Amino acid sequence: MTTHDSNSAPDAQLALEIAGLSKAFGGTPALRDVDLQLGWGEALALFGHNGAGKSTLIRTLVTLVRPDEGTVTIAGFDRVRQAAQVRSMVGYVGHQSLLYDDMTARENLRFYAKLYGIADADRRVERSLAEVGATSFANRRMRVLSNGMVKRVAIARALLHRPRVLLLDEPEAGLDQGGLELLDSVINAVKAGGASVVMSTHSIERGFALADHVLVLDTGRVALAGATADTSVEEVRRAVLGTRQAAS
Amino acid sequence: MRNYLRGALAIYAKDIRLEARTKETISAVLAFAIIIAFIFGFAFDPSPAIVAVVGPGIVWVAYVFTGILGMNRTFALERDRGTLDGLLLAPVSRESVYAGKLVSTATIMLVVEAALFPVFLVLFDLNLFNVWFGLVALAATIGFATVGTLFSAIAAHTRAREVLLPLLFLPIVLPVIIGAVSGTDAAIAGDGWDSVGKWLQFIVAFDAVFLVLSSWAFDFVLEE
Repeated sequence: MTTHDSNSAPDAQLALEIAGLSKAFGGTPALRDVDLQLGWGEALALFGHNGAGKSTLIRTLVTLVRPDEGTVTIAGFDRVRQAAQVRSMVGYVGHQSLLYDDMTARENLRFYAKLYGIADADRRVERSLAEVGATSFANRRMRVLSNGMVKRVAIARALLHRPRVLLLDEPEAGLDQGGLELLDSVINAVKAGGASVVMSTHSIERGFALADHVLVLDTGRVALAGATADTSVEEVRRAVLGTRQAAS
Repeated sequence: MRNYLRGALAIYAKDIRLEARTKETISAVLAFAIIIAFIFGFAFDPSPAIVAVVGPGIVWVAYVFTGILGMNRTFALERDRGTLDGLLLAPVSRESVYAGKLVSTATIMLVVEAALFPVFLVLFDLNLFNVWFGLVALAATIGFATVGTLFSAIAAHTRAREVLLPLLFLPIVLPVIIGAVSGTDAAIAGDGWDSVGKWLQFIVAFDAVFLVLSSWAFDFVLEE
């Protein structure tokens, strides 16, 4: 697996740089003064109870949510002023597949390839399908596929343009053991290719094993942040459980 | 500019392909339009003298209300399917997404409008196979789609979108409706450019102004 390198910002030292990021919805704070840095080829696991702000943080990074305060820079591009460039840098797998039920897996990927202006789109589509083991059902409409199959195609869609930063919001949902192993291999391949990964998950062990850094959010605030080398699964679990108890 | 066209064309082709495959919007909108035409057909005696007076109004009542029904689905379907984020994540400008949606909405509306020509001919003996009417309908439909695409995006974020879209849309497009009815009246009467042209120019001017305004406003509508 290779990464997209045709339009990266010159001299971007960090894959991701967040400073003082805050966001509120209707007066309810979702993110509060979040700071974060992530280098190239590194993975960050994002933990926290439901409503902690994980999805809001990821949706802010992929330009679906506009921040109220703070700065976000992805691959050297400013999230607000250079949103289109940021979008070309990020791949996103969210709670929804972003795929059309009445189109086949292959048609969906070809549509996104056109939208992203990918040269040699057919070859890239076939390669992405093969990478996630979706070639055998690529000509079937999405509506007849199982959740796990749909998730595989969604991952292929996110990888299609070879993003420099891959953002995954609870990507394990709907995946069987084979799918989980595939997801792990995708994350490791993306990292090996020099790109970075941000993944929110409720599975502390899996997240910790895959990541180089962890971040625990508590009602939008950073409750714990650090390198996996400097912290432990138990410490993360305590932080997550602590925030959940505080929340309840 | 290349990115703009690429994104708009990809979205347009996708929308038309999906509509050709599912016929979700066209079938619902066409059925609604035919029902409206039949109601008017039974509501009064469609004699030539009466049709000459109320015919243009009937045509545009049918077109406007079916247009609203169709436009309601422009972004609602994307949102309900969960695919709207996919469009917004693409590295193309929001204007490009807007343009693709506008053109696909206008295309579907024009197909429905053309499909209603024989219905009006049979029910009211109203012959709409007329170049001047075609130009008025094209310009007015582009005007509806220009405003409707923007408001459809706004309404898609709300729970009361079926109510909100007509409330936002109708007051703004009132000038186009007036221009379209008057232009249709002149076209059916057999008047040429002198009479139809002024209404056509009026509608095109509206289209141009709202195309610029809606493209600019679209960027602010879709981000949370």
